[in-house]
Amino acid sequence: AFLSSFILDSVCWEVVGVVKLWNEWCRTSSTTNVLPTDSFCLFYRLIADPTVLLCQCSCYVAEDQQFQWLEKVFGSMQKKGLQVTILSTCPVADYKTQESTLTLVSPFLKALKTKEFQEQVCCPLLEQPNIVRDLPAAVLSYCQVWQIPAVLYQCYTDVIKLDTVTIEAFKPLLSSKVLKSLAKDASESTKILKKFLTTSETHNNIYI
Amino acid sequence: MFIPCDRGGDAAAPDFKGFTLLMPAVSVGNVGQLAIDLVISTLDMTKVGYFYTDCLVPMVGNNPYATAEENSTELSINAEVYSLPSKKLVVLQIRSPFIKNKYRSFCETLLSWVKSSKCARVVLLSSSHAYQRDDEQLLGTPLRYLLTPDLEKAVGGRMKELNWKEMEKVAAYPGISDTDKVLHIPGGGITKLLFTESCSEGIQMAVLLKFCSEGDNIPDAFVLVNYLNEWLQLIKSEVSTNNNSTDPSSQWKIPSSWRLLFGNGHPPALF
Repeated sequence: AFLSSFILDSVCWEVVGVVKLWNEWCRTSSTTNVLPTDSFCLFYRLIADPTVLLCQCSCYVAEDQQFQWLEKVFGSMQKKGLQVTILSTCPVADYKTQESTLTLVSPFLKALKTKEFQEQVCCPLLEQPNIVRDLPAAVLSYCQVWQIPAVLYQCYTDVIKLDTVTIEAFKPLLSSKVLKSLAKDASESTKILKKFLTTSETHNNIYI
Repeated sequence: MFIPCDRGGDAAAPDFKGFTLLMPAVSVGNVGQLAIDLVISTLDMTKVGYFYTDCLVPMVGNNPYATAEENSTELSINAEVYSLPSKKLVVLQIRSPFIKNKYRSFCETLLSWVKSSKCARVVLLSSSHAYQRDDEQLLGTPLRYLLTPDLEKAVGGRMKELNWKEMEKVAAYPGISDTDKVLHIPGGGITKLLFTESCSEGIQMAVLLKFCSEGDNIPDAFVLVNYLNEWLQLIKSEVSTNNNSTDPSSQWKIPSSWRLLFGNGHPPALF
Protein backbone atom coordinates (compact mmCIF):
# COMPACT_ATOMS: atom_id res chain seq x y z
CA ALA A 1 0.00 0.00 0.00
CA PHE A 2 1.16 3.47 -0.73
CA LEU A 3 1.13 6.20 1.85
CA SER A 4 2.77 9.59 1.43
CA SER A 5 6.10 10.05 -0.26
CA PHE A 6 8.80 12.58 -0.97
CA ILE A 7 8.02 16.00 -0.05
CA LEU A 8 6.70 17.70 -2.97
CA ASP A 9 5.07 20.19 -0.72
CA SER A 10 6.48 22.75 -2.99
CA VAL A 11 3.30 23.75 -4.71
CA CYS A 12 5.56 25.14 -7.33
CA TRP A 13 6.78 21.77 -8.28
CA GLU A 14 3.28 20.44 -8.33
CA VAL A 15 2.66 22.55 -11.34
CA VAL A 16 5.87 21.68 -13.04
CA GLY A 17 5.63 18.01 -12.20
CA VAL A 18 2.09 17.40 -13.21
CA VAL A 19 2.34 19.55 -16.21
CA LYS A 20 5.66 18.49 -17.50
CA LEU A 21 6.10 14.89 -16.61
CA TRP A 22 2.98 12.92 -16.48
CA ASN A 23 0.57 11.42 -18.87
CA GLU A 24 -0.35 8.32 -16.94
CA TRP A 25 -1.96 6.54 -14.22
CA CYS A 26 -2.25 7.36 -10.57
CA ARG A 27 -3.43 5.58 -7.50
CA THR A 28 -4.90 6.87 -4.27
CA SER A 29 -3.91 5.69 -0.87
CA SER A 30 -7.47 5.14 0.28
CA THR A 31 -9.56 2.27 -0.99
CA THR A 32 -12.85 3.94 -0.22
CA ASN A 33 -11.93 7.11 -2.01
CA VAL A 34 -12.06 6.51 -5.72
CA LEU A 35 -11.35 9.97 -7.08
CA PRO A 36 -7.61 10.60 -7.39
CA THR A 37 -8.07 14.29 -6.84
CA ASP A 38 -9.45 13.69 -3.36
CA SER A 39 -6.22 12.28 -2.04
CA PHE A 40 -3.40 14.46 -0.83
CA CYS A 41 -0.62 12.01 -1.50
CA LEU A 42 -0.50 10.63 -4.95
CA PHE A 43 1.91 8.37 -6.70
CA TYR A 44 2.35 8.53 -10.41
CA ARG A 45 4.15 6.10 -12.57
CA LEU A 46 5.49 6.77 -16.02
CA ILE A 47 3.71 4.50 -18.49
CA ALA A 48 6.58 4.56 -20.91
CA ASP A 49 9.01 3.56 -18.18
CA PRO A 50 7.42 1.87 -15.16
CA THR A 51 10.59 2.17 -13.14
CA VAL A 52 10.01 5.91 -12.79
CA LEU A 53 7.74 6.95 -9.94
CA LEU A 54 6.65 10.38 -8.89
CA CYS A 55 4.98 11.24 -5.66
CA GLN A 56 3.01 14.37 -4.92
CA CYS A 57 2.49 15.12 -1.32
CA SER A 58 0.43 18.23 -0.74
CA CYS A 59 -0.33 17.63 2.89
CA TYR A 60 1.74 17.98 6.01
CA VAL A 61 3.01 14.69 7.39
CA ALA A 62 3.34 15.02 11.16
CA GLU A 63 6.62 14.13 12.86
CA ASP A 64 5.22 11.03 14.51
CA GLN A 65 3.94 9.72 11.18
CA GLN A 66 7.07 10.32 9.13
CA PHE A 67 8.91 7.18 10.14
CA GLN A 68 5.99 4.88 9.39
CA TRP A 69 5.40 6.69 6.11
CA LEU A 70 8.98 5.97 5.08
CA GLU A 71 8.88 2.36 6.15
CA LYS A 72 5.68 1.71 4.20
CA VAL A 73 6.77 3.49 1.03
CA PHE A 74 10.35 2.29 0.86
CA GLY A 75 9.36 -1.09 2.20
CA SER A 76 7.41 -1.78 -0.97
CA MET A 77 10.22 -0.63 -3.24
CA GLN A 78 13.26 -2.43 -4.45
CA LYS A 79 16.26 -0.56 -3.07
CA LYS A 80 18.86 -1.89 -5.46
CA GLY A 81 19.50 0.64 -8.18
CA LEU A 82 17.08 3.07 -6.57
CA GLN A 83 17.70 6.77 -6.89
CA VAL A 84 15.67 9.42 -5.13
CA THR A 85 15.12 13.10 -5.93
CA ILE A 86 13.23 15.30 -3.49
CA LEU A 87 11.90 18.78 -4.16
CA SER A 88 10.77 21.17 -1.50
CA THR A 89 10.30 24.83 -0.70
CA CYS A 90 10.93 26.83 2.39
CA PRO A 91 10.67 30.50 3.40
CA VAL A 92 13.83 32.49 2.73
CA ALA A 93 13.57 33.92 6.26
CA ASP A 94 14.69 30.50 7.52
CA TYR A 95 17.95 30.75 5.60
CA LYS A 96 20.93 31.54 7.81
CA THR A 97 23.60 33.69 6.31
CA GLN A 98 26.09 36.35 7.32
CA GLU A 99 24.18 39.05 5.44
CA SER A 100 20.56 39.90 5.96
CA THR A 101 18.05 37.82 3.99
CA LEU A 102 16.55 41.05 2.66
CA THR A 103 19.59 41.57 0.47
CA LEU A 104 19.52 38.06 -0.95
CA VAL A 105 18.20 37.47 -4.43
CA SER A 106 15.38 34.99 -4.00
CA PRO A 107 14.09 32.51 -4.94
CA PHE A 108 17.22 30.37 -5.03
CA LEU A 109 17.94 26.67 -4.95
CA LYS A 110 20.17 24.78 -2.54
CA ALA A 111 20.90 21.07 -2.50
CA LEU A 112 21.78 18.32 -0.06
CA LYS A 113 22.91 14.89 -1.17
CA THR A 114 23.66 11.51 0.36
CA LYS A 115 27.08 9.93 0.27
CA GLU A 116 26.08 7.53 -2.53
CA PHE A 117 24.86 10.25 -4.88
CA GLN A 118 27.61 10.70 -7.43
CA GLU A 119 25.98 12.86 -10.09
CA GLN A 120 26.35 16.54 -10.60
CA VAL A 121 23.93 18.68 -8.56
CA CYS A 122 22.19 21.54 -10.34
CA CYS A 123 22.86 24.20 -7.75
CA PRO A 124 25.15 24.99 -4.79
CA LEU A 125 25.04 22.78 -1.71
CA LEU A 126 23.32 23.98 1.43
CA GLU A 127 25.93 25.47 3.71
CA GLN A 128 26.20 25.05 7.44
CA PRO A 129 24.59 26.07 9.76
CA ASN A 130 21.45 25.57 7.67
CA ILE A 131 19.38 22.42 8.17
CA VAL A 132 16.34 20.80 6.64
CA ARG A 133 13.38 19.47 8.63
CA ASP A 134 10.15 17.49 8.22
CA LEU A 135 9.45 14.89 5.57
CA PRO A 136 12.29 15.90 3.20
CA ALA A 137 14.72 15.43 6.10
CA ALA A 138 13.15 12.10 7.02
CA VAL A 139 13.48 10.79 3.46
CA LEU A 140 17.05 12.01 3.07
CA SER A 141 18.04 10.55 6.46
CA TYR A 142 16.59 7.20 5.43
CA CYS A 143 18.54 7.28 2.15
CA GLN A 144 21.79 8.27 3.87
CA VAL A 145 21.52 5.50 6.46
CA TRP A 146 20.54 2.79 3.96
CA GLN A 147 23.07 3.99 1.37
CA ILE A 148 20.59 4.98 -1.35
CA PRO A 149 21.74 7.76 -3.71
CA ALA A 150 19.45 10.69 -3.11
CA VAL A 151 19.40 14.44 -3.63
CA LEU A 152 17.19 17.10 -2.09
CA TYR A 153 16.60 20.42 -3.85
CA GLN A 154 15.27 23.07 -1.50
CA CYS A 155 13.96 26.32 -2.95
CA TYR A 156 14.10 29.32 -0.65
CA THR A 157 11.38 31.76 -1.58
CA ASP A 158 9.90 34.92 -0.16
CA VAL A 159 6.46 34.41 -1.67
CA ILE A 160 3.89 32.32 0.14
CA LYS A 161 1.45 31.87 -2.70
CA LEU A 162 1.90 30.00 -5.96
CA ASP A 163 3.89 32.11 -8.38
CA THR A 164 5.79 31.61 -11.64
CA VAL A 165 9.09 32.95 -10.37
CA THR A 166 9.38 30.32 -7.65
CA ILE A 167 8.17 27.60 -9.97
CA GLU A 168 10.77 28.54 -12.51
CA ALA A 169 13.50 28.51 -9.91
CA PHE A 170 13.35 24.73 -10.28
CA LYS A 171 14.11 24.91 -13.99
CA PRO A 172 17.82 24.04 -13.62
CA LEU A 173 16.67 20.57 -12.60
CA LEU A 174 15.35 19.94 -16.08
CA SER A 175 18.91 19.67 -17.29
CA SER A 176 19.73 16.93 -14.78
CA LYS A 177 20.15 13.36 -15.94
CA VAL A 178 17.01 12.17 -14.19
CA LEU A 179 14.61 14.80 -15.42
CA LYS A 180 15.95 15.58 -18.86
CA SER A 181 14.05 12.77 -20.54
CA LEU A 182 10.90 13.46 -18.58
CA ALA A 183 10.49 17.12 -19.36
CA LYS A 184 7.45 18.14 -21.35
CA ASP A 185 7.26 20.57 -24.21
CA ALA A 186 7.89 24.17 -23.09
CA SER A 187 4.81 25.80 -24.64
CA GLU A 188 2.47 23.31 -23.03
CA SER A 189 3.99 23.98 -19.61
CA THR A 190 3.53 27.71 -20.01
CA LYS A 191 -0.14 27.20 -20.84
CA ILE A 192 -0.77 25.03 -17.80
CA LEU A 193 1.22 27.36 -15.56
CA LYS A 194 -1.06 30.20 -16.59
CA LYS A 195 -4.13 28.13 -15.82
CA PHE A 196 -2.94 27.34 -12.30
CA LEU A 197 -2.22 30.94 -11.55
CA THR A 198 -5.57 32.23 -12.77
CA THR A 199 -7.39 29.71 -10.58
CA SER A 200 -5.58 30.85 -7.48
CA GLU A 201 -6.02 34.51 -8.27
CA THR A 202 -9.81 34.35 -8.19
CA HIS A 203 -9.65 33.06 -4.63
CA ASN A 204 -7.48 36.01 -3.64
CA ASN A 205 -10.08 38.50 -4.63
CA ILE A 206 -11.73 39.89 -1.54
CA TYR A 207 -14.37 41.69 -3.49
CA ILE A 208 -17.26 39.59 -4.62
CA MET B 1 19.40 1.21 16.39
CA PHE B 2 23.05 1.52 15.53
CA ILE B 3 23.89 1.31 11.81
CA PRO B 4 27.60 1.47 10.94
CA CYS B 5 28.68 3.80 8.12
CA ASP B 6 30.91 1.26 6.42
CA ARG B 7 29.04 -1.87 5.63
CA GLY B 8 30.67 -3.14 2.47
CA GLY B 9 32.68 -6.33 2.01
CA ASP B 10 35.28 -6.98 4.62
CA ALA B 11 34.77 -3.84 6.72
CA ALA B 12 34.42 -5.02 10.29
CA ALA B 13 31.68 -3.53 12.43
CA PRO B 14 33.15 -1.08 14.95
CA ASP B 15 33.91 -2.70 18.29
CA PHE B 16 33.03 -0.68 21.39
CA LYS B 17 33.90 -3.29 23.97
CA GLY B 18 35.31 -1.58 27.04
CA PHE B 19 34.76 1.90 25.62
CA THR B 20 33.26 4.87 27.44
CA LEU B 21 30.06 6.07 25.79
CA LEU B 22 29.64 9.81 26.06
CA MET B 23 26.25 11.25 25.19
CA PRO B 24 24.04 14.28 25.83
CA ALA B 25 20.55 14.55 27.21
CA VAL B 26 18.35 16.96 25.26
CA SER B 27 17.89 19.34 28.17
CA VAL B 28 17.56 22.99 29.12
CA GLY B 29 19.83 25.21 27.05
CA ASN B 30 20.98 22.18 25.02
CA VAL B 31 24.14 22.36 27.13
CA GLY B 32 24.89 18.65 26.91
CA GLN B 33 24.64 18.71 23.13
CA LEU B 34 26.84 21.81 22.84
CA ALA B 35 29.43 20.21 25.10
CA ILE B 36 29.42 17.07 22.96
CA ASP B 37 29.92 19.24 19.85
CA LEU B 38 33.05 20.65 21.50
CA VAL B 39 34.37 17.17 22.31
CA ILE B 40 33.80 15.84 18.77
CA SER B 41 35.22 18.95 17.14
CA THR B 42 38.32 19.24 19.35
CA LEU B 43 39.26 15.56 19.27
CA ASP B 44 38.53 15.43 15.51
CA MET B 45 36.50 12.28 15.99
CA THR B 46 35.51 10.06 13.07
CA LYS B 47 31.90 9.31 12.33
CA VAL B 48 31.39 5.55 12.52
CA GLY B 49 27.64 5.17 12.29
CA TYR B 50 24.10 6.40 12.75
CA PHE B 51 21.65 5.83 15.56
CA TYR B 52 18.60 5.38 13.35
CA THR B 53 15.43 5.77 15.36
CA ASP B 54 11.82 6.84 15.06
CA CYS B 55 12.00 8.59 18.43
CA LEU B 56 13.68 11.81 17.29
CA VAL B 57 12.40 14.56 14.99
CA PRO B 58 14.15 14.11 11.61
CA MET B 59 16.64 16.69 10.41
CA VAL B 60 19.59 16.74 7.98
CA GLY B 61 22.36 19.13 7.13
CA ASN B 62 25.92 19.16 5.91
CA ASN B 63 28.88 18.27 8.09
CA PRO B 64 28.72 20.44 11.23
CA TYR B 65 32.39 19.92 12.01
CA ALA B 66 33.68 20.89 8.58
CA THR B 67 37.09 22.46 8.59
CA ALA B 68 37.61 22.79 4.83
CA GLU B 69 35.78 22.70 1.52
CA GLU B 70 36.54 19.01 1.05
CA ASN B 71 34.94 17.71 4.21
CA SER B 72 31.98 20.08 4.27
CA THR B 73 29.72 18.11 1.97
CA GLU B 74 29.10 15.02 4.06
CA LEU B 75 25.49 14.67 5.11
CA SER B 76 24.66 14.47 8.82
CA ILE B 77 21.42 13.27 10.37
CA ASN B 78 19.77 13.72 13.77
CA ALA B 79 21.68 11.08 15.75
CA GLU B 80 25.19 9.95 14.90
CA VAL B 81 27.99 7.97 16.51
CA TYR B 82 31.62 9.08 16.54
CA SER B 83 34.61 7.22 17.88
CA LEU B 84 38.20 7.71 19.00
CA PRO B 85 39.73 4.28 19.62
CA SER B 86 42.97 5.73 21.01
CA LYS B 87 41.05 7.07 24.00
CA LYS B 88 38.51 4.21 24.01
CA LEU B 89 35.84 6.81 23.55
CA VAL B 90 32.60 6.54 21.62
CA VAL B 91 30.27 9.52 21.40
CA LEU B 92 26.60 9.68 20.47
CA GLN B 93 25.40 13.10 19.37
CA ILE B 94 21.67 13.87 19.33
CA ARG B 95 20.61 16.87 17.28
CA SER B 96 16.83 17.10 17.57
CA PRO B 97 14.09 16.85 20.20
CA PHE B 98 12.18 13.71 21.07
CA ILE B 99 8.88 12.93 19.45
CA LYS B 100 6.03 12.93 21.93
CA ASN B 101 5.63 9.69 23.93
CA LYS B 102 8.83 8.22 22.54
CA TYR B 103 11.17 8.86 25.50
CA ARG B 104 10.78 5.47 27.05
CA SER B 105 11.18 3.67 23.75
CA PHE B 106 14.40 5.57 23.08
CA CYS B 107 15.81 4.80 26.53
CA GLU B 108 15.10 1.11 26.06
CA THR B 109 16.73 1.03 22.62
CA LEU B 110 19.73 2.98 23.86
CA LEU B 111 20.33 0.85 26.93
CA SER B 112 19.98 -2.37 24.98
CA TRP B 113 22.59 -1.06 22.53
CA VAL B 114 24.90 -0.19 25.45
CA LYS B 115 24.59 -3.74 26.72
CA SER B 116 25.00 -5.44 23.33
CA SER B 117 28.03 -3.35 22.38
CA LYS B 118 29.60 -4.07 25.79
CA CYS B 119 30.50 -0.47 26.60
CA ALA B 120 32.24 -0.24 29.93
CA ARG B 121 30.35 2.82 31.12
CA VAL B 122 28.11 5.66 30.00
CA VAL B 123 28.66 9.33 30.76
CA LEU B 124 25.59 11.50 30.27
CA LEU B 125 25.98 15.27 29.96
CA SER B 126 22.91 17.16 31.02
CA SER B 127 21.52 20.31 32.58
CA SER B 128 18.72 21.39 34.90
CA HIS B 129 16.67 24.53 35.36
CA ALA B 130 18.60 27.07 37.42
CA TYR B 131 15.40 28.62 38.75
CA GLN B 132 14.41 25.39 40.48
CA ARG B 133 17.37 25.45 42.84
CA ASP B 134 16.74 25.75 46.55
CA ASP B 135 18.54 28.23 48.81
CA GLU B 136 21.51 25.98 49.44
CA GLN B 137 22.00 25.13 45.80
CA LEU B 138 22.13 28.82 44.89
CA LEU B 139 25.48 29.05 46.64
CA GLY B 140 28.63 27.42 45.39
CA THR B 141 29.22 25.43 42.24
CA PRO B 142 26.38 24.96 39.69
CA LEU B 143 27.83 21.58 38.67
CA ARG B 144 26.61 18.24 39.97
CA TYR B 145 27.25 14.57 39.38
CA LEU B 146 25.38 11.28 39.83
CA LEU B 147 26.71 7.73 39.76
CA THR B 148 24.85 4.45 39.46
CA PRO B 149 25.71 2.01 42.29
CA ASP B 150 27.93 -0.08 39.97
CA LEU B 151 30.01 2.91 38.93
CA GLU B 152 30.06 4.34 42.47
CA LYS B 153 32.23 1.41 43.53
CA ALA B 154 34.70 2.07 40.74
CA VAL B 155 35.05 5.84 40.70
CA GLY B 156 33.27 7.19 43.79
CA GLY B 157 36.64 7.81 45.39
CA ARG B 158 37.86 9.88 42.45
CA MET B 159 34.83 12.16 42.70
CA LYS B 160 35.67 12.79 46.36
CA GLU B 161 39.25 13.63 45.42
CA LEU B 162 38.00 16.10 42.83
CA ASN B 163 35.77 17.62 45.47
CA TRP B 164 32.68 17.23 43.30
CA LYS B 165 29.18 17.74 44.59
CA GLU B 166 26.59 15.02 44.26
CA MET B 167 23.12 15.98 43.05
CA GLU B 168 20.92 16.43 46.08
CA LYS B 169 17.64 14.63 46.48
CA VAL B 170 14.60 16.74 47.24
CA ALA B 171 11.50 16.09 49.29
CA ALA B 172 8.78 14.37 47.31
CA TYR B 173 6.27 16.82 48.76
CA PRO B 174 8.01 20.16 49.36
CA GLY B 175 7.03 21.79 52.60
CA ILE B 176 6.33 18.53 54.38
CA SER B 177 9.53 17.65 56.19
CA ASP B 178 9.11 13.96 56.85
CA THR B 179 8.56 12.78 53.28
CA ASP B 180 10.85 10.57 51.26
CA LYS B 181 13.62 12.22 49.33
CA VAL B 182 13.54 11.69 45.59
CA LEU B 183 15.75 12.55 42.65
CA HIS B 184 14.36 15.51 40.73
CA ILE B 185 16.00 16.91 37.60
CA PRO B 186 13.67 19.54 36.14
CA GLY B 187 14.53 20.44 32.57
CA GLY B 188 16.80 17.43 32.25
CA GLY B 189 14.83 15.65 29.56
CA ILE B 190 15.46 11.90 29.72
CA THR B 191 18.25 12.22 32.32
CA LYS B 192 16.29 10.91 35.26
CA LEU B 193 14.70 8.09 33.27
CA LEU B 194 18.02 6.93 31.84
CA PHE B 195 19.68 7.13 35.24
CA THR B 196 17.02 5.19 37.11
CA GLU B 197 16.84 2.55 34.37
CA SER B 198 20.64 2.18 34.44
CA CYS B 199 20.57 1.77 38.21
CA SER B 200 18.07 -1.04 37.99
CA GLU B 201 19.81 -2.75 35.05
CA GLY B 202 23.28 -2.66 36.55
CA ILE B 203 24.74 -0.34 33.93
CA GLN B 204 27.66 1.85 34.95
CA MET B 205 26.46 5.38 34.30
CA ALA B 206 27.62 8.80 35.41
CA VAL B 207 25.54 11.94 34.95
CA LEU B 208 27.31 15.29 34.85
CA LEU B 209 24.99 18.27 34.88
CA LYS B 210 24.96 22.01 35.22
CA PHE B 211 22.26 24.31 36.52
CA CYS B 212 21.50 26.84 33.82
CA SER B 213 18.81 28.81 32.01
CA GLU B 214 17.94 29.20 28.35
CA GLY B 215 19.92 31.91 26.60
CA ASP B 216 23.45 32.03 25.28
CA ASN B 217 24.53 28.63 26.56
CA ILE B 218 27.99 28.54 25.01
CA PRO B 219 29.71 29.51 28.29
CA ASP B 220 27.66 26.79 30.05
CA ALA B 221 28.89 24.26 27.49
CA PHE B 222 32.51 25.24 28.17
CA VAL B 223 32.00 24.93 31.92
CA LEU B 224 30.42 21.50 31.54
CA VAL B 225 33.06 20.18 29.17
CA ASN B 226 35.85 21.41 31.46
CA TYR B 227 34.08 19.64 34.35
CA LEU B 228 34.07 16.45 32.28
CA ASN B 229 37.73 16.96 31.45
CA GLU B 230 38.70 17.16 35.12
CA TRP B 231 37.69 13.52 35.38
CA LEU B 232 38.26 11.97 31.96
CA GLN B 233 41.28 14.07 30.96
CA LEU B 234 40.31 14.14 27.28
CA ILE B 235 42.57 17.11 26.58
CA LYS B 236 45.55 18.40 28.48
CA SER B 237 44.90 21.57 30.42
CA GLU B 238 47.85 23.85 29.82
CA VAL B 239 48.84 26.34 32.43
CA SER B 240 48.15 29.82 31.15
CA THR B 241 51.18 32.13 31.42
CA ASN B 242 49.01 35.22 31.84
CA ASN B 243 47.41 34.58 35.16
CA ASN B 244 49.16 31.36 36.10
CA SER B 245 45.91 29.39 36.30
CA THR B 246 44.79 26.25 34.53
CA ASP B 247 42.11 27.22 32.06
CA PRO B 248 41.56 24.73 29.26
CA SER B 249 38.70 26.69 27.65
CA SER B 250 40.94 27.95 24.89
CA GLN B 251 41.91 24.43 23.87
CA TRP B 252 38.38 23.43 22.88
CA LYS B 253 37.71 23.93 19.19
CA ILE B 254 34.41 25.57 18.32
CA PRO B 255 32.74 23.78 15.38
CA SER B 256 31.87 25.70 12.22
CA SER B 257 28.15 25.00 12.71
CA TRP B 258 28.05 27.31 15.74
CA ARG B 259 28.03 30.32 13.44
CA LEU B 260 24.92 32.47 13.36
CA LEU B 261 23.35 30.93 16.48
CA PHE B 262 21.47 34.12 17.08
CA GLY B 263 20.28 34.95 13.58
CA ASN B 264 21.50 36.54 10.40
CA GLY B 265 23.23 39.80 9.81
CA HIS B 266 21.01 42.84 10.00
CA PRO B 267 19.78 44.69 6.92
CA PRO B 268 21.99 47.72 6.28
CA ALA B 269 18.93 49.87 5.62
CA LEU B 270 18.02 49.57 9.30
CA PHE B 271 20.49 52.26 10.29
